[in-house]
Amino acid sequence: MAEHSPPSRVTYDYVTRTIARTLGAPSRGYFLLLGAAVALLAIGIVTLLYLLRYGLGLAGYSHPVYWAVFITCFVFWVGIAHSGTLISAILFLFRSGWRTAVYRTAEAMTVFAVMTAGLFPLIHIGRQWYFYWLIPYPNERGLWPNFKSPLIWDEFAIGTYFTVSTVFLIMGLIPDIAAVRDLATGWRKKLYAITSLGWTGANEQWRHYTRGYLYLAALATPLVLSVHSVVSWDFAMAIVPGWHATLFAPYFVAGAIYSGVAMVITLLVPIRKLFQLEEIITLHHFENLAKLCLLTGSIVSFSYMTENFVAWFSGNSAERAAFWYRAFGPYWWAGWTMNICNGLLPWLLWSKKVRTNVTALFVISIFVNIGMWFERYVIIVVSLAGEPYATWANAVYNPTWADWGIMAGSFGWFFMWFLLFVKNFPAVSISEVKEVLVPPRRKASKAHV
Amino acid sequence: MIALPKPLQELFQPPPTPGVLGVFAFLDATLEAIKKLRAAGHADFTVYSPIPRHEIEAALGQAVSPVRAFTLIGGIAGCAIGAWLTLWMSYDWPIVVGGKPVGSIPPYVIIMFEMTILFGALSTILGILLNALFAARRVGTIQYDARFSNDRFGIFVPAGSDTAAKIESLLRESGAEEVRRG
Repeated sequence: MAEHSPPSRVTYDYVTRTIARTLGAPSRGYFLLLGAAVALLAIGIVTLLYLLRYGLGLAGYSHPVYWAVFITCFVFWVGIAHSGTLISAILFLFRSGWRTAVYRTAEAMTVFAVMTAGLFPLIHIGRQWYFYWLIPYPNERGLWPNFKSPLIWDEFAIGTYFTVSTVFLIMGLIPDIAAVRDLATGWRKKLYAITSLGWTGANEQWRHYTRGYLYLAALATPLVLSVHSVVSWDFAMAIVPGWHATLFAPYFVAGAIYSGVAMVITLLVPIRKLFQLEEIITLHHFENLAKLCLLTGSIVSFSYMTENFVAWFSGNSAERAAFWYRAFGPYWWAGWTMNICNGLLPWLLWSKKVRTNVTALFVISIFVNIGMWFERYVIIVVSLAGEPYATWANAVYNPTWADWGIMAGSFGWFFMWFLLFVKNFPAVSISEVKEVLVPPRRKASKAHV
Repeated sequence: MIALPKPLQELFQPPPTPGVLGVFAFLDATLEAIKKLRAAGHADFTVYSPIPRHEIEAALGQAVSPVRAFTLIGGIAGCAIGAWLTLWMSYDWPIVVGGKPVGSIPPYVIIMFEMTILFGALSTILGILLNALFAARRVGTIQYDARFSNDRFGIFVPAGSDTAAKIESLLRESGAEEVRRG
């Protein structure tokens, strides 16, 4: 950590004031972004109303593809959610000092991404007014509570993940809200006075807080690994060729963290610029994020190779056919988009020049997001469309405007919450950024923390 | 300060405790004051800091927070609830599928795992809230300075008019940049 110590003008006071400044009056650029997000959300809402009125037939579903863009988006958003907890919990346990400047953004992203993901199963069921049929416990309405189904594991996993990541975000926010409370005036002072829950930074508060935070991180770490494993079992437990693989759990977890870190970069670049946080979120942080991207991206590429190798080496004709269909079938473009964006592009990150170039990282991160969306599209839609057991009914599935409308709406929903968050609560942790600074001492000491 | 209804006010905003508040700009000065206060036999003072510092914890000689007991009990309870939920519901509506046992433990482990995490996390939060609340009740309403959340450390020592002067000079000697009585 020592060689990356921030310049000496970055004092406690500087940190508080710089981060508190992000909560000041919004600029025109901010309103433009927020307006764009709300417009996208409006498209989604109108599409949803059409779907409610005319039914799911408006979407591109055609036999045998009944899990399509909505489920693709579900897995995409759950995946995005993963890096938040990775950065906030796993790197916390590893005592990585650099996480402090970026973890709040990642954590907020996690909560909003799970909120977005949670919408998709509801949209996908079509008749939202019967959503409570999903909860037949203990055996309400004579329905069988089947705990052997991966879909119900998923409900428990995602429900737990949403709850835990939300309390984790709020926990981290409390000392920071207290810091901005002490600077704020007017209605904001009242808002922060209530939401800081009377935080003063007294030793008795820190004593319980730091311990509790440690245990929360320790609980969130296995949780984050379990959630995407469970999501992967939604597929791997079925016998569809291309899904039925023991590799799926680690492959999905690595992919989730990969797409999540890419999304963190996509979000941090404009925030850093908009709020002038260059001194706090430095190139060192971006480089570390890029390294995480490179690591998880390599695991993902390795999984692609393993999948293809096993399909060939197993000698299983159905498996071979499925992977041939992926690469050279009617959806070859989706398969190759995924391979190029996730498998090849991240190799640029081996170069330090690229890792420390914010513009290049921003562009790469967007391509990774696109690639990871296509990965889920390939796994879900293409595996179903090419299912060799249903050749009598194969159809080439094409998404319609209703699919794209809902997807656009999900991006609007996500960015709307995110933008509202960064303007109302500290988007960078105030107390944790201070923790990695050298504390003020009477005798200026060279000792680092 | 927000006006609370009366029963809540008694709980959260007890009448102020008289004492001395020292504001410190430096961590080592704060530590020196803590050591001197402890040597002089004070144990009920409060230290404010913008960030958690292990030096402060060590100087205060605090015991490990009891929050860990909450985490453990919550986690075990969650695991048990997960097992009970799945097994009870399965046997309550028994359908044999594929010749497998009605209550199959391996898939239920996933539910038990998630419930362990969920209950463990929620009871950790409860543990932090309750412990911090009890601590606040014990200390009462004491002086605070808005700078403590920014870049200053603080020590509040409860004291009557007889001992206040002595504590004031102790804090000043240790390097407090500001000392006030309240």
